Parts: sequence; structure tokens; C-alpha cells
Amino acid sequence: MFPAVIRSIWPASARLAIRQPLGHFRLHMDPDVSRPIERAIRTKLTDTLRPDHLEVHNESHMHAVPPGSESHFRVLVVSSQFEGLPLIQRHRLVNETLKDELKSYVHALAIQAKTPQQWATNPTLAKSPPCMGGSRGDNTVEEKQKAGRE
Amino acid sequence: MNSLIRATARCLRPGSAVYLTRQADTRMCLTPGQRFLCSATGIKKDLAEIVKKDKVVVFMKGDPSQPMCGFSNAVVQILRMHGVDDYASYNVLEDQRLRQGVKDFSNWPTIPQVYFNGEFVGGCDILLQMHQNGDLVEELEKLGIRSALVDTENKSK
Repeated sequence: MFPAVIRSIWPASARLAIRQPLGHFRLHMDPDVSRPIERAIRTKLTDTLRPDHLEVHNESHMHAVPPGSESHFRVLVVSSQFEGLPLIQRHRLVNETLKDELKSYVHALAIQAKTPQQWATNPTLAKSPPCMGGSRGDNTVEEKQKAGRE
Repeated sequence: MNSLIRATARCLRPGSAVYLTRQADTRMCLTPGQRFLCSATGIKKDLAEIVKKDKVVVFMKGDPSQPMCGFSNAVVQILRMHGVDDYASYNVLEDQRLRQGVKDFSNWPTIPQVYFNGEFVGGCDILLQMHQNGDLVEELEKLGIRSALVDTENKSK
């Protein structure tokens, strides 16, 4: 009787949420909820390349784009999947993984793609060069930002 | 190697580069005044010819005397450090069809893009790493271009 009562009061979705309280709670506490593109980049690179180490840096603030933009990124991916691959193939793997973001919101993507051994030898994040204002008044960047807002 | 990296860092800082007189034409093809093939096939055909016309071809934002993007500027500065001034550069900001066309042609989503002998090399990140690990000197040698840094390193020994 009681299980039936419970089922009638609480819909299945709520019961599921209670069974997985941490997952539901984590969603609201997710610091990336306001940075959806960064989150998508992180998720896709993690799922596809299974990196030993991953850094995703939003560098939009370094460029001539409005505050809060998610248009310019630097990623550092350390993955054994890069073993034996020349640089260009590694970068193509990353580009392919993020092709949807690159077609839509992301205007610039700086990539460091290292094997675990290379990372162990030289664990440094490269720095992006200073902006020279090319994004200012760039229709392509503005269109991507508009698409992001929508 | 450390001095090489420090020299690179100096060059990449704004205002610190010394621009040499360009010896090569910076050929801007596909400008509005010229006859232009509008179709995707046309652009592809044009690009297939363009990338083979010169040993070193750079698609960038701005031009070598006035880059409009930090990453494009980095490519220019790296080539300059190696004494490569005689190359073809194309300003994608002047033509949106070129800008998208080269991305489709190379299957590469960002600018700048560098070609050696008709073969796509990569963008700024790859060129910088090639410069740092010495591969760029080797690749230029394959093109018959002696890097200025070879002479610099020999003198310092």
C-alpha cells in the first residue's frame, strides 16, 4: 500500500532526483553553468580524447570582444591518443572534436596537444600573443556572438 | 634554445618588432576590383593554384606590414626571425569568400594558415612549435630556404 501511495504522490522524475541527489545538486552548483561553450569544450574533449590533463582557458577578455564573450579559447590537451601523431593530426583531432563550436560560437582556438611524456618533460602552458584588434568590427565575430546570445 | 625562445617572446611583444623592408610583393588576389569566381568550385580552384604558386604562402588577417591579429602577427614574426620575407600573403579580412574558402579548402577552422610548397603546414600554434623544436629550420631547408637562425646559431658557437 505505502509504495503505491508514494508512487502516486511523487512522480518518477522526482524519485529519480532523490535517488541521485548529488547529481541534481551538482547541476545547480556547477560553476560553468554561465559558460556553456567552455563547458561544452571541456566535455567534448574529455569524452573524445580521454586526456590525462586538460585545461580550457577562455581568453576572450584578451581580445576586442564584449565582456563575458566565449569567442577565443586556449586548450591544453595531454592525451596518449596523440602518441605517434604529427602535430597537424593532433590539432585536426581537436578541431574535429570541437567542430560544432568552431562553426558557431568560437572564433579562435589555440591548441597545445601533447603526449603524457611530452607533458611530463615540459609541463608549461603557452601564452597567446597580444590582440591586435582584428576582432573589433569583425562581422564574423559579431555574428557568432549574436548566435551565442540567441 | 632558451635564447631562441626569449628572442621569440621579444618579437611577439607588440611594438618590439623591427619591420624589414619587404622584398616580396604582397599579392592580394581576389580583391573586389578583380574578376572573381563566385562559386565554391571557383574558390577551391583558385586556392589550389595560389598555394602552389609560391614556396611559402600565408593566409592571415592584415598583411605582414600591418597584421590585424596577434596570431597572424606571430606567424609573420616567426618567418621574419628565420629571414623569410619573400612569401605570398593574403588578407582574409578583405574578402569573406576567401576567408571561408580557405577554411573549407584546408579543412581548418581558423586563421592564420601557412602553406609550404602547396602543402598545408598549420596555423600559429604549429608554426611556433616547429620554430621552438627546430623543425622549422629543417622544413625551410627542404624548400631551399636557409634560415637566418642557422647563421645566427653558428656565429654564437
